[in-house]
Amino acid sequence: MMQFMLLFSRQGKLRLQKWYVAHADKVKKKITRELISTILARKPKMCSFLEYKESKIVYKRYASLYFCCAIEQEDNELLTLEIIHRYVELLDKYFGSVCELDIIFNFEKAYFILDELLVGGEIQETSKKNVLKAIAAQDVLQEDETPQGFFEDHGLG
Amino acid sequence: MAPVRGDGMRGLAVFISDIRNCKSKESEVKRMNKELANIRSKFKGDKTLDGYQKKKYVCKLLFIFLLGHDIDFGHMEAVNLLSSNKYSEKQIGYLFISVLVNTNSDLIKLIIQSIKNDLQSRNPIHVNLALQCIANIGSQDMAEAFANEIPKLLVSGDTMDVVKQSAALCLLRLFRTCPDIIPGGEWTSRIIHLLNDHHMGVVTAATSLIDALVKKNPDEYKGCVSLAVSRLSRIFTSSYTDLQDYTYYFVPAPWLSVKLLRLLQNYNPPTEDPGVRGRLNECLETILNKAQEPPKSKKVQHSNAKNAVLFEAINLIIHNDSEPNLLVRACNQLGQFLSNRETNLRYLALESMCHLAQSEFSHEAVKKHQEVVILSMKMEKDVSVRQQAVDLLYAMCDRSNAEEIVQEMLNYLETADYSIREEMVLKVAILAEKYATDFTWYVDVILNLIRIAGDYVSEEVWYRVIQIVINREEVQGYAAKTVFEALQAPACHENMVKVGGYILGEFGNLIAGDSRSAPMVQFKILHSKYHLCSSMTRALLLSTYIKFINLFPEIRGTIQDVFRQDSNIRSADAELQQRASEYLQLSIVASKDVLATVLEEMPSFPERESSILAVLKKKKPGRVPETEVRDSKSPVPNHNNAQTQNHATTNNKISFSNHTSDLLGLSTPPSQQQNSQNTLIDVLGDIYNNQSSSSSSAVNNAKNSDDSRFLFKNNGVLFENEMIQIGVKSEFRQNLGRLGLFYGNKTQVPLTNFQPVLQWPAEEGKKLNVQIKAVDSTLDAGAQIQQMLTAECVDSYADSPSLQLAFRYNGTPQNFTIKLPLTVNKFFEPTEMNAESFFARWKNLGGEKQRAQKVFKAQIPLDLQGAKNKLSGFGMQILESIDPNPDNLVCAGIIHTQSHQVGCLLRLEPNKQAQMFRLTVRASKEQVTTEICNLLVDQF
Repeated sequence: MMQFMLLFSRQGKLRLQKWYVAHADKVKKKITRELISTILARKPKMCSFLEYKESKIVYKRYASLYFCCAIEQEDNELLTLEIIHRYVELLDKYFGSVCELDIIFNFEKAYFILDELLVGGEIQETSKKNVLKAIAAQDVLQEDETPQGFFEDHGLG
Repeated sequence: MAPVRGDGMRGLAVFISDIRNCKSKESEVKRMNKELANIRSKFKGDKTLDGYQKKKYVCKLLFIFLLGHDIDFGHMEAVNLLSSNKYSEKQIGYLFISVLVNTNSDLIKLIIQSIKNDLQSRNPIHVNLALQCIANIGSQDMAEAFANEIPKLLVSGDTMDVVKQSAALCLLRLFRTCPDIIPGGEWTSRIIHLLNDHHMGVVTAATSLIDALVKKNPDEYKGCVSLAVSRLSRIFTSSYTDLQDYTYYFVPAPWLSVKLLRLLQNYNPPTEDPGVRGRLNECLETILNKAQEPPKSKKVQHSNAKNAVLFEAINLIIHNDSEPNLLVRACNQLGQFLSNRETNLRYLALESMCHLAQSEFSHEAVKKHQEVVILSMKMEKDVSVRQQAVDLLYAMCDRSNAEEIVQEMLNYLETADYSIREEMVLKVAILAEKYATDFTWYVDVILNLIRIAGDYVSEEVWYRVIQIVINREEVQGYAAKTVFEALQAPACHENMVKVGGYILGEFGNLIAGDSRSAPMVQFKILHSKYHLCSSMTRALLLSTYIKFINLFPEIRGTIQDVFRQDSNIRSADAELQQRASEYLQLSIVASKDVLATVLEEMPSFPERESSILAVLKKKKPGRVPETEVRDSKSPVPNHNNAQTQNHATTNNKISFSNHTSDLLGLSTPPSQQQNSQNTLIDVLGDIYNNQSSSSSSAVNNAKNSDDSRFLFKNNGVLFENEMIQIGVKSEFRQNLGRLGLFYGNKTQVPLTNFQPVLQWPAEEGKKLNVQIKAVDSTLDAGAQIQQMLTAECVDSYADSPSLQLAFRYNGTPQNFTIKLPLTVNKFFEPTEMNAESFFARWKNLGGEKQRAQKVFKAQIPLDLQGAKNKLSGFGMQILESIDPNPDNLVCAGIIHTQSHQVGCLLRLEPNKQAQMFRLTVRASKEQVTTEICNLLVDQF
């Protein structure tokens, strides 16, 4: 079972965090800090797996973003790399060549897509087509709604 | 700006841009605080806030949270969004709650209600949103609220596939919080049969759930094995186009395959059915065959997915450990990976081979790759890969290759990363000891370790080499010669000085015949290091010097001069000062015979498991392979562990020789006296035995909660008031104790809600494990009930457990806390010894942490006989005619714990004029020293 997934930039800024195990905020921050600094210090050709406390860390860099997952001892490292890749593919498909900015400005979408891929730290749907279908169905529901707040956003509300 | 789809929230985008444009942390915080103030006022004031605005503000709060700031409001607004009829608002509400609501929030009831509504929805998208939220929070409340609905959703024929997938994983999450949630009976087979579902996504999700269920209840879910094997073989016989979108980069359903292979690792053997077994082996062979085929794609995703399945298959092969052919093939495959250009594969191959090395079938096959593994240890660029190589070398080591592997590890140690040195030192030390046929080799290895990585050589390692040299006569002369040579180096590690000092002090005479290592030369080389060493090492060297006086009377004068030096006899360090002056006196007053007796060679240490191994196991739980090649497994599934564990505990209970005595402490061999506690003198008389439990005549003098009385006795009245009397009887043997508590109701009415609760922090419970039997909740008028307690001393501890007793008397609640007579001294075994060994031990226990002293006022009048009785009741042996002053009391005892024994010496000196006592305790463990001292202070 995956324990958490972190997305952070080369500058060490956290962009997304999803926790599948309960930790106090202080602990989460500490783990995040430690992992970001450990991983950023590693060289490109190094292996993508680390031991961290009782868990295994699997990470991969895509452009300016690092994707980092913690899994349990019995979990499969290579396939975790491919979960990350599948997630990147989904983001890419949804945003159209995704970049870090997309994830910053549309973090909620990034969460929704992740929730379709993984539930409770386990893979829910491995088919790219099916995940995209589910996300598209959500978007259709949204588009049915009349846009509001236009005036308010322009200070006319 | 980035593209925004659907329901873009402009205000949010503007805010995010603002934050990103902030040039400094300060301006960012300023902008954020402004926004927080704005949102707060909107939430407070504006009752007419519409859903869109709420959504937008909640989203901004989320963003602020993700920046790493704490958010303490907005929860209520988010919960409001849950019941919005606009999907986008509902979705943001759920997101906020998943990320920010903790499980014990007051809002949980409201949230649960909203989720209930959404679960009823006809729209599967809403249902899934609700399920994902449950899985995200996964609290006990949720488990209780949805225990009925979710299993139904999972197996119902009406449920859509997407919902089933979420329901399976949601149920898994709740099961992890609350294992009772899974219904049994007919549900079992319905859940298992999800493995046959036509929808691959459903099967994948269900396999995760079943894996967890099997772990809890393997027998009930045994039916899943054949279904899983069938599913696997269908995947591998299908062409990659069959599975359409579940084929990932030309690999058919890698996620499902890996999960099924994992599921099968829960059983050993996976199945008794030869047909199923055959099909499984076919699958495993297919996977191994496919690994040899040329890749269908150059993309790393293809090879990762393919190898993920391969590694999981190898895990299963290793787990089954029954097919030599498959094991050897797996080993060859991994061997190929060792020189793959992908670092990830090399890392995993080394890790996996580590397990193969422990199977009797593949151990030899693994050894063929020794050279490559040694190269990996030396050449890999990534320290985590080098670490794996070290682990593997450790696991593949046996008698045949030990010398080579140990040598290579020693060579590598010179340049090894600091982060792995300590562990490597332990591994080398263990291998050298374990596989030494010739102990001169062992001695060489350890001295090399100290030379190369002295800073990383822990006490356990150098203690161990000394134990082994002392126990093996054949190596003593060689050891003396080798340390002597090692000490010639101008810069010597302090650990080398310690080992050298100890060994020459014991066996220097064996090489003294050679003029190059004549007594004076030995002494000079050691003493040339003296001034560079810490005081602990100096203290050790002083002991070596006095031993030299015994071994080599001819250099006595030189050594006495050293003792007399101001820096020793007047050292600021009390220990050095004491040793120097006592050794000096000893060398002056003692006759040759006395000296020879006092400074006799150390007796052999009891043979036991190396404590180094224990250290390594502690450092890397779960990662230290037992270097022994394991035997093929018994066919009983999953019971192996429990059995060996039981076995181990019984062993611990009955074996006394397994104790870990530390080298420089005292390790008195267990004396023949048994049941010593039965000879206790009951200082205050055994009141309890002299009366019937219901009579109250003889108990007037029983003091309430005077805990200290029970330091010195095991039976008596522990507590008494007008309602209740509590008596105790106890007996102790080695590290085990049994306590009977007798509750007597002194009143004319029953005591109800009678509830004694043990109070002993869990942390302490690991050191003193106390088990208490339940008692009836009603204690009838005039009746007595008995409650049994057992205690096992695992490690030394302080204080003692308490019993909190609550009951109702005529409807009024009563509550007392009573200390239980379970202080650490109860596990004493009195030890008889003569003056010589007493003083030798006393001196050995001179370390700062090994001694404690207190001076206190005596009870008036000062009662020497009483003190003697008490000490004897305390559990120690009173040693007569050891102290020249007959008034002084001197005692010795051993505290038995499960893991070790702690020797303890004590001296109590009365000062009749001042009506004072001085208490000195010396023990091989600091905690024991202070605890014994604390327990006894002010008691006489």
